[in-house]
Amino acid sequence: MADFETPELKDIPVIPAIQEGAMAHSAPFKSRAPFQEPMGFPDELVDNWQEVAINKLGDLTKKYRSLKVFLDSCVKCGACTDKCHYFLGTADPKNMPVARQDLLRKVYRRYFTLAGKFFPKLVGATDLTKEVLDDWYTYYHQCSQCRRCSVFCPYGIDTAEISMAAREILDTVGVGQKYCNEILGKVYTIGNNLGLPGKALKATLIDLEEDVEDETGVAVKYPLDVQGADILVVTPSADFFAEPHIDGLIGYGKVFHQAGMSWTLSSHASEAGNFGMFIGSYDNMKRVAMRIREAALDLGVKRIVVGECGHAWRVAYQFWNTLAGPFDFLDPNYPVPQHIIEVTHDLIQRGALNLDPSANDDKRVTFHDSCNVARATRMGNMPGGQFILPREVIKASVNNYFDMAPETIHDSTFCCGGGGGLLTDDLLELRVKGAMPRMQALHEVVKEYDVNYLAAICAICKSQFTKTLPYYDLPMDMIGSVHGLVSDAIQLGTKE
Amino acid sequence: MSMLTLGYSVLFYFATFILFAGLAFRIYTYANTPSPLKIVVTPAPTTKAGVVYRMWREVVLFESLFKASKWTWVFGWAFHFGMLLVLLRHLRYINEPTWFWVDMIQPFGIYAGFAMLLGLFGLWARRILVDRIRYISAPSDHLMLAMIIGITGTGLMMKFVSGADVIAVKNFMIGLLTFNIQPIPEDPILLIHLGLVGLLMIIFPYSKLLHAPGLFFSPTRTQIDDPREKRHVTPWAKDAN
Repeated sequence: MADFETPELKDIPVIPAIQEGAMAHSAPFKSRAPFQEPMGFPDELVDNWQEVAINKLGDLTKKYRSLKVFLDSCVKCGACTDKCHYFLGTADPKNMPVARQDLLRKVYRRYFTLAGKFFPKLVGATDLTKEVLDDWYTYYHQCSQCRRCSVFCPYGIDTAEISMAAREILDTVGVGQKYCNEILGKVYTIGNNLGLPGKALKATLIDLEEDVEDETGVAVKYPLDVQGADILVVTPSADFFAEPHIDGLIGYGKVFHQAGMSWTLSSHASEAGNFGMFIGSYDNMKRVAMRIREAALDLGVKRIVVGECGHAWRVAYQFWNTLAGPFDFLDPNYPVPQHIIEVTHDLIQRGALNLDPSANDDKRVTFHDSCNVARATRMGNMPGGQFILPREVIKASVNNYFDMAPETIHDSTFCCGGGGGLLTDDLLELRVKGAMPRMQALHEVVKEYDVNYLAAICAICKSQFTKTLPYYDLPMDMIGSVHGLVSDAIQLGTKE
Repeated sequence: MSMLTLGYSVLFYFATFILFAGLAFRIYTYANTPSPLKIVVTPAPTTKAGVVYRMWREVVLFESLFKASKWTWVFGWAFHFGMLLVLLRHLRYINEPTWFWVDMIQPFGIYAGFAMLLGLFGLWARRILVDRIRYISAPSDHLMLAMIIGITGTGLMMKFVSGADVIAVKNFMIGLLTFNIQPIPEDPILLIHLGLVGLLMIIFPYSKLLHAPGLFFSPTRTQIDDPREKRHVTPWAKDAN
């Protein structure tokens, strides 16, 4: 299928022996002027890039305690070395979290620490050369910011923070990544990552209403820009037409329909994803997040609900209140924002939905904890609710549910391999290899329990698995939305 | 006063100054560097008491390391808690009359010294034998282990091989504390032991030994998981854009 070999799945997971340079050739397409300029980034490597990069690094260590503490504190204990899915899938030692951090740390030590200034060789400090800069571009685009390493680090060092800082430095010197920066441009000019204009979105939703009515005989609404609706739903734009994402959107609509809740989508904020986080840019992240606030104010809603999207839920849950708050104009009886899973779960608890799990008896389901939902957010009131609520929603909708191996779920979950701004075809080899640990765990439940449906609550996971499942001899359509299951189980016309 | 006594006195005053001033500066810097966003790694406690308990588990039990690697945990924990006991045991050199509990732990401190050595050699073996950890090790990572093994080894030698003049050492240490300098015993093993300790104190604030204060400023562990309930705003972030 491509000019690389899909990793072989072993009987039990194996930590590979390191192979230096195994992924040195893998780097995403570089951004060009039309995508760099609207973001305020230089469109090619600036002349005094060393000086600019070092100043930026110094600046960031003063702005982010995480970066400063993480660069200082690592003792090279090796606890993280076998935790990254990209290392496990590629064996390239620079994909070990500590080694990835060291690409930046060795420059920090050289220019900002006494030991590195006077004894660089002793402490592994190096000058910022063009080779180092190229390594940054290569290997900081082999990190999906999934935070698995930080769970196991005795100091909580989060490589995501380091790779965000590195990407921001790269953008500052004019070496941006095309995929992320082009998409951010689309969000600003059109309103969403996929570049779907408001009119096209309206037409898509009308088609969707017709399809659902044809199939169910019930007029479920998918409203857009409805003034005075109670709930603004912000969802990844892939939900509007990509498979299997759209089944999730259909499910949200059916849930709101049966519960009799008034909701709307927004053409101004027709995207939950926030690529500002991927490139480590606070300003861009804030700008993208502000669209949500503006839409909520414009439409006069009382609540904001976020659809199935992993990194988006992280930004929404952890950052929105800081970036675009305070949300004191919304109904204080509900958390801001709420996840669609929390909404559906609550309705199930209150008996407001009529779900018939036997409608899904053709499916044997497992659940992939999406990395950013698992390790950067919560659902409900209880720590760990982000693991419990989706499973309860699934179990209310299906009869056959099986978890994957415990060391690969909950906060030990593996990233799908496409998160953090890497879901682009120019990184296909990385994505396929990075999916290996998840595919390994999936294969085990397929063998043992005949699992045939992999449920997820993240647009990136859904797209990534659609692409990578066939490389591991599994059908691409076994990945689906959690609300796709709800959609099939819900008995319309029985409760409303 | 002999040159030797003078040299070691100067070393200890200097090392103590560097250790405390350096650490104070680091802690001041960490404490005054903002965390613009909530980045706690979840599942995380939703209350301050919960965070204190989480940090206690990290500091005392090395919980995350336990999840990551049992071997590194065994060696790391044996080393650190051996060292804690040994350090407490050393209080007898600077406190007169010694507190009763310092007397009580004296025999355990001996075993702790061996636990330290076991841990240190185990950690070093991993650093050499495991290809992944060998790859990430800089010369300083090996030297640091060698230095602490040197300190521990000379310490144990004075207990079991050569025998140091404990009274004279105590006089020297209390003399330093009271600015009434007393002669240092001219025992080569003791001199190596104290010399390496002084060097370690000087290196501490400029090296990876900063992991000790760093842990207490690691936002992924120390933050409370309450971003929806409480708006988190820091100065520069408020003014951004």
